[in-house]
Amino acid sequence: MTSTEERLAAIRGGVPPRRHNARTIAALTGNPGCTRRAVLDGAGVDKPKLAELIGFPARFGQSRFAITRGNAFEAQVKADGGAELLRLVAERLGVPVPAAASWTDLGDGVEDDTAARHRRSAALLTDATPGGADDIAALFDHPLLGLDVAGRRVHLEPDLVAARLAGRFHVVEIKSFPVVDGQADPAKVSAAAIQAAVYVLALRELLAAAGHDPELVSHDAVLVCPRDFANQPVASLVDVRKQLLVLRRQLDRMARVDALLAAVPEDFTADLTAEPTALLAALSGVPARYAPDCLAACELAYFCRDEARGHTGALGRPVREALGGVAEVDAVLALAAGERAAEPGQEEAAALLRAAARLRADALAGTPA
Amino acid sequence: MSTLRAFARAQALAAGVAQPVATVRHLHLAQRPLVLVPLAMAGEANAPLAALVGDAPDAARLLIVPQPRNRDQRFAFAAELAGIVLPYLDGFRGVAEAVPVDRGRDVRYRYVDAPQLLVPNPAGITFLRLLGRSTRFRRPDGEYPVHPSVPVLGRWLTFFAERAEHPGSSALLAMTDALSLHWATGQSVVEDLHLPALLGWIDPPTGLTGAEAAVRAEDPATCPPAGPATDPDFDNQRLAPAIDTYAAAEDDAVARAGAYAELERLLRDQLEPTWELMWRGVGLLRGLPPGARVAGRWDGDKDAFTGYAEHVDSGGAPQPRRDGAVAAAQRLHRLERSLTSYAVQRAYDDPLVMAEHRLSGEAFVGEVTLADPKRVDDTGRRPVLRPRIQLVTTEPVPMPLGATLYSPARPAQKARVVFVTPVSDGRTEVVLELSGGMGRGLTAPPGSVPEVGERLCYTTLSDAFMPAGAFPAVEETPWTHGGPPVPTLVPSGSAPDAETGAGSAPDAETGSGLVLGAAAGDRAVAAVSFPVDGDPGEDWA
Repeated sequence: MTSTEERLAAIRGGVPPRRHNARTIAALTGNPGCTRRAVLDGAGVDKPKLAELIGFPARFGQSRFAITRGNAFEAQVKADGGAELLRLVAERLGVPVPAAASWTDLGDGVEDDTAARHRRSAALLTDATPGGADDIAALFDHPLLGLDVAGRRVHLEPDLVAARLAGRFHVVEIKSFPVVDGQADPAKVSAAAIQAAVYVLALRELLAAAGHDPELVSHDAVLVCPRDFANQPVASLVDVRKQLLVLRRQLDRMARVDALLAAVPEDFTADLTAEPTALLAALSGVPARYAPDCLAACELAYFCRDEARGHTGALGRPVREALGGVAEVDAVLALAAGERAAEPGQEEAAALLRAAARLRADALAGTPA
Repeated sequence: MSTLRAFARAQALAAGVAQPVATVRHLHLAQRPLVLVPLAMAGEANAPLAALVGDAPDAARLLIVPQPRNRDQRFAFAAELAGIVLPYLDGFRGVAEAVPVDRGRDVRYRYVDAPQLLVPNPAGITFLRLLGRSTRFRRPDGEYPVHPSVPVLGRWLTFFAERAEHPGSSALLAMTDALSLHWATGQSVVEDLHLPALLGWIDPPTGLTGAEAAVRAEDPATCPPAGPATDPDFDNQRLAPAIDTYAAAEDDAVARAGAYAELERLLRDQLEPTWELMWRGVGLLRGLPPGARVAGRWDGDKDAFTGYAEHVDSGGAPQPRRDGAVAAAQRLHRLERSLTSYAVQRAYDDPLVMAEHRLSGEAFVGEVTLADPKRVDDTGRRPVLRPRIQLVTTEPVPMPLGATLYSPARPAQKARVVFVTPVSDGRTEVVLELSGGMGRGLTAPPGSVPEVGERLCYTTLSDAFMPAGAFPAVEETPWTHGGPPVPTLVPSGSAPDAETGAGSAPDAETGSGLVLGAAAGDRAVAAVSFPVDGDPGEDWA
């Protein structure tokens, strides 16, 4: 065991690390500059529990209705050995719909034996590399893939992988949000895109490891959603090249977690059995980079927001920029009132803030303009 | 975000309460706006769950859908909503006024007032837009008939959702947008989308700071979300069992009535706090005096309402699923023009908004120190009246020589920058040459030329009429935009709709981005269908 691993284990308090999945990996791509988050996620700390312990519970509940609906739609799309799905994907890729395709369910089998499932998925997927024209298309339901995140193997389960269609592998994601007249909720599409990128990356690594060309996995993921207000599925292509770049960068960064740990106090711990006051003190020792976007992505965001109160960045990056980059609200007001002398490099910001304060006061006092 | 608004946020945080960023109200507020608080079922495609609707604080009507996954019940909800919305709209169709057109040579008529819809947040507008989309193509006959009022409601909701995209329109407003236009809070723009937190900052309960009130408002247990999305804990712990009980009651009328009443109680509890907040927001906005140009913009809403009412009366087609190339370009042009004019009008109406432009160097305020109101320029073929004035200002004047400036005090008059001379202690002398707004003679009427001692604002922003752009006729759509559409007449009565299972035109296009199957023949209900414009994936940019 390396010292980095020992240190990460100490940060966790000796409990096993929390498992990542495609969703949590996707979340890692938000706010890449935050050390607190990189260290906690790298160590696999149970952040929801941590947030609850220190009195800032996260609110990431999922409605039962949404889950039921998601499962029902996926089952409907995959019915009949994926015949309808095959047609949708083939038509979207612009290739003739094959008369038949093999359907392999990799999702069942021995529940606990992930290693066996993983081996089976790997063997079948590598065998399915496109060859001659007479290859028949193959659909793999819930294959089990792997990806290294912060030095640990994470198991990933895409909804479906289509092989030998248009000469490539395609990751297929089935989502239950609707596409109405060709448009869907942009936030949901981008979340699905980054999740699909995680699968594309894992599949590419699998092929590369077996000596195949990783580019056999298309960077176009296929998104299958209900069309308009009905249950009829419709397939769309999402180019995930950009997401792949972001993802690779963040995974590389987490792989170098020892470099990050150098900036973290020796005795830092997020041991969930520790006293909340001790945890709060420990967390404050690791720098965070709170932005309002964190509220939608990170379980610790409410704590970080509370800590960042009084900082212009907590009001949003555009606010901070508009205030000349001055970091603290107190400083902004003091500079504007002329009560504090501008530090070197702040002269321009100070002049801007003084002008802003004067103009606001003028206009609010009713001075004619 | 402008520096002035950002600064107001910093001040709000320090003061513990939101700070004004407007001195007048920049939107029209109806005498009796129709407030609509919708809730949607999680996971479904815009399935209505419940709504509180009414045009007065004590006139809330609760509509619920006991089984939101049931399509018939969804359309029953739409019919019930139509039963409230359509009579409300009709209430504005009593009296019309004559409006001169064509330089007074003719008149047209428009209703003297127009309806106004208020929802809690932008997501509420999206909900209405999608509800309009899911209902406007329905038919009262055929395979899946709906109540005849349902497609009419769909057209009107679509009309309002389209108006809401129009800068300066007050036909459909999101309360969070309306409030943030006038107050800056000590939290971020994202957090301002939560109506309870926003009002917590603007009008905190006694004894609490805005920040404390906002944090309290974030707990869904004490303060339900303002919709349309519901709180997942509410869904899992209270709503789901109640829906199950209702479903289990089946034909047992007593049990069913009891379960229905319980659902009503649960949903009313979720909606009522937002209902109260909506009217509190209305009250706060009413407290501000309206800006001078608000009525003029509301006239635009009245025109649009009148026009669409006539379109519906004459049996016009519902709005297409997607605009054709020419219609889309025209619409974009209209939106851009009103965006510009809305920004200028707000600055003209409100010194606090003009201050944002002064800070960014698009305007300055100075005092008139010299005036030559009789100056005549006789270098041209005909002598013309060109008075000059000199202002002294302490603000920066980055405008180049020759630039044309305007003053909100005399919007019809142009002022050309002749000299800009920096003098002692940060002051600048500016000489302006005036034209227009002084009659036709060689003597300026009194008051038309600024006098010595007047304090005036001059800006590069112009509220002058912007001529409309020229667009080709539909049949001359350039090839860059898909070329002229091929008209295919769809026989009425056989309009395919995605929900009826028909109209699944195979899509041949592939490409980058999210490409979707809006193929020709899909836009069925409009008599003429158009091919998709350009890259169908561009909607995603």
